[in-house]
Amino acid sequence: MSYYAIKAIYIYEMTRFFRTIFQSLFSPVLSTSLYFVVFGTAIGSRMQEIDGVSYGAFIVPGLIMLTVMTQATSNASFGIYFPKFSGTIYELLSSPISFVEIVSGYVGAAATKSLMIGCIIMLTSTLFVPLQIAHPLVMLLFLCLTCFSFALMGFIIGIWAKNFEQLQLIPLLIVTPMVFLGGSFYSISMLPPIWQKITLFNPVVYLISGFRWSFFATADVPVGLSLIAISAFTILCLVIIWWIFRTGWRIRS
Amino acid sequence: MRLLTMSDIICIQRLSKSYAGGSNVLSDINLNVKNGEIFALLGPNGAGKTTLISIICGIVRASAGTVMVDGHDHVKNYRKTRDLIGLVPQEIALDSFETVMRTCRLSRGLFGRRKDDALIEDILDKLSLIDKRNNQLRELSGGMKRRVMIAKALSHEPKILFLDEPTAGVDVELRKDMWKLVLALKERGVTIILTTHYIEEAEAMADRVGVISKGRLALVEEKESLLRRLGKKTLRIELQKPVNIMPTVLEPFNLDVVDNGSTFLYTYDKNADRTGITKLLSELSASGLILKDLQTQQTSLEDIFIDMIQKENS
Ligand SMILES: Nc1ncnc2c1ncn2[C@@H]1O[C@H](COP(=O)(O)OP(=O)(O)O)[C@@H](O)[C@H]1O
Ligand SMILES: [Mg+2]
Repeated sequence: MSYYAIKAIYIYEMTRFFRTIFQSLFSPVLSTSLYFVVFGTAIGSRMQEIDGVSYGAFIVPGLIMLTVMTQATSNASFGIYFPKFSGTIYELLSSPISFVEIVSGYVGAAATKSLMIGCIIMLTSTLFVPLQIAHPLVMLLFLCLTCFSFALMGFIIGIWAKNFEQLQLIPLLIVTPMVFLGGSFYSISMLPPIWQKITLFNPVVYLISGFRWSFFATADVPVGLSLIAISAFTILCLVIIWWIFRTGWRIRS
Repeated sequence: MRLLTMSDIICIQRLSKSYAGGSNVLSDINLNVKNGEIFALLGPNGAGKTTLISIICGIVRASAGTVMVDGHDHVKNYRKTRDLIGLVPQEIALDSFETVMRTCRLSRGLFGRRKDDALIEDILDKLSLIDKRNNQLRELSGGMKRRVMIAKALSHEPKILFLDEPTAGVDVELRKDMWKLVLALKERGVTIILTTHYIEEAEAMADRVGVISKGRLALVEEKESLLRRLGKKTLRIELQKPVNIMPTVLEPFNLDVVDNGSTFLYTYDKNADRTGITKLLSELSASGLILKDLQTQQTSLEDIFIDMIQKENS
């Protein structure tokens, strides 16, 4: 494994992020603040507490997850799609590195970016609601694993996509609905029984539930199950990426 | 099939390629490139030059055959083989919002080399890009971008350099600069494989020439011997006074008449037993024509090349 290669990709990708730091941070912070104003303050004031947590605080973990998942996915997918699009991928393919270095560099950078954005949103949220974190280390673990696994998924999308439309397609059509329906803004227990069952097929439910548990020590599903779910998702993504590079699918003709 | 000798740095055997669903783009290529030489791959558009280079560099997968680079298999031991190779692709591909310096640093890092800005600056200096090192690539002219592509490839100090049509669309002055650079690299022991449309480029630089046509390697030969072997020469005969009618005794010589009848061109094979020059000259004087000047010209690689391709096609 080439440490210099990973570092080179990582730094190159992070520079791109810092070059557009204002857009990179501004839009997630703005949209989160809007959510707080609308859901937390306007609607939340008329909502009951959920499991003893005010509605404004209750939605914080879900909001962070929503942002982190979409950011990790889009950052990573764009990160690897762009070299394909501009032709600069020739250099990755002709350099003495394997998919381990390429993925570590691109996914590592995308995960770092989304982690930074997640932290900034968490700070922003403290402007609107008092926040307590019951299990800070578990919280950090969930946050990091989510950033990493969704960046892996984004990487796969970036390799799969043949044009910019396809690049937007999965985040728009799959990730966002899954996050919204995954209990970001409500507790699963608030749903009718049949929907509670159906919801359990949505993997995002486990992530949000586990993440929320680390804040408020209450969860829709056992936290162990949440950890298993995110680990399984991460491994699945890694296997797919390993297969992509073994077969050269959509990268080496 | 030739055996691998110490001096061969690249050894390509029975290499074939067909892109998904298509017919063969490369067929049964066997080629050895010697350590330290400049090898020119000549061929018309679509002959398969870029595909061949892309396979060696690891961008495209071969359908059959093997490539050994410095004794290592280019698939099984790709880290070792690619480590030696620098590639300047045919198309300019750069991240337009990056700076010259950063894109070179990326190239160096990707090849596992420790950061060394002094070395990169030295390369940029040699390529007259040093003033632009902190400029974004979109601010550079086409010729400058092409040089940045070269700088990137040199940033990781390759032992083997592939230049895929390095001077296509480049103005004459820059082309000469690049030739100089290539010769300087050869001095330092770098093996250079270049593809080109411009025969003069191969003629000016190459030690050996390979001609590829329709995915087949039609010929590989020392440039000098190629020129000698296929070398036709032209005798240019200038007359004191133009002639209006060709004397019948001169008809068998198939002379080309130029300059309004005041110059004859006689093409002959200088390696033939009889060139026919003596006979032609005596017939000329017998016809009462007075010569002003005589001149011979060597056929260029370009003529040879066009000749070869025409033979291939017919
Ligand atoms: N990615 C590809 N998919 C399918 N066909 C290709 C691809 N790349 C090149 N070809 C075909 O392979 C042939 C050789 O192309 P190329 O190697 O670029 O030739 P050259 O570099 O000599 O001009 C051409 O007929 C071209 O159309
Ligand atoms: Mg080409």
